[in-house]
Amino acid sequence: MSSEPAGERALIVVPAWNEEQAVGETVREIYAAMPMIDVLVVDDGSSDRTAEVARAAGAKVLELSYNLGVGGAMRAGFRYAVRHGYTAAVQVDADGQHDPRDLPVLLAKLSEADIVIGSRFEDGHDYEVSGPRKWAMAALSKVLSRLAGTRLADTTSGFKATGGRALPLFAQHYPVEYLGDTVESLVIALRAGCRVAQVPAHMRARRGGKPSHAPWKATVYLFRAGFALLLALVRRWDVTTVTQQVAPSMEGS
Amino acid sequence: MSPYIIEVIGSILVLAGIFELLRRRQLSEKYTVLWLVVGVVLLVLTVFPNVLVSISRSAGVTIPANLLFFVAIVFLICVALHLSWELSRLENETRKLAEDLAILRLDLDEHTARTRADDTRS
Repeated sequence: MSSEPAGERALIVVPAWNEEQAVGETVREIYAAMPMIDVLVVDDGSSDRTAEVARAAGAKVLELSYNLGVGGAMRAGFRYAVRHGYTAAVQVDADGQHDPRDLPVLLAKLSEADIVIGSRFEDGHDYEVSGPRKWAMAALSKVLSRLAGTRLADTTSGFKATGGRALPLFAQHYPVEYLGDTVESLVIALRAGCRVAQVPAHMRARRGGKPSHAPWKATVYLFRAGFALLLALVRRWDVTTVTQQVAPSMEGS
Repeated sequence: MSPYIIEVIGSILVLAGIFELLRRRQLSEKYTVLWLVVGVVLLVLTVFPNVLVSISRSAGVTIPANLLFFVAIVFLICVALHLSWELSRLENETRKLAEDLAILRLDLDEHTARTRADDTRS
């Protein structure tokens, strides 16, 4: 593999499950924001034309045989990235909630940290939550900020750049359970000694589907988030062995 | 037919069923030992009920059936737990395979596209 002296070789990973309406536009927006970047759409066992639409938009497409959830889709993306010598991977949701124009900011911040979270709660940004969901997010933020030793306002954001030591770690150990891809993955990374930082990011209305804001759903979310956090904190992760074998496998091209 | 005969026939059927599964290789080896032991113990206890009575007496259990229930419940909980564990492991393994398959498929597609492009160029 060629050792590029400076700069990250970044891969944008777009997990998509039945997003034929939105994924094409999302991919085109990413290319508009960063023309030289590689985009990998992970088709998470969709039953619609997600893969075709993404391919037509110019993205590489990983087609999973069946639905693995966001965590599984992202782990596949991370493994692809490591296998092909990328040094950074950024998750961008297919529904258009994440603004690709924030990508350069996230990637630039990777020089100081292993994980950069695009936070929806920074000043001047319009992301509103209320009720139990808000309490859950506040509590998660408090606990994880303490663990990280820096303030993390939005720990459940999917908009994340992963680089440095965190990428090979996640390629092996990305959690696949509910909320695992946000909360638990941060705990794992912090346990392994990765540095986590945040930058403000814009959130937009999603292009398809509808957000979940029903009160009972938010309450369920509160409990599941708490449980996910507890689980993440008590679980043992054999992270020391992973962070040492940073060298990615060769790509025969 | 006396209940005793029915019980014995039942135990023999269970044992035969386990043996048949083993013979047809429907049960992997690590489980066959376990279930063969269970089947044999069941048969012994039905043929010689006094064994259970004397065991429970020495264990200090007044009603022999209670000892049987207790042991059975503990055993079944252990089996259920083990199966959940095994299932989680299998799920993890199939997930990894699905991810690998997708990655290889993309690599193969790109490789064929590249060789085809090379062919047309030359």
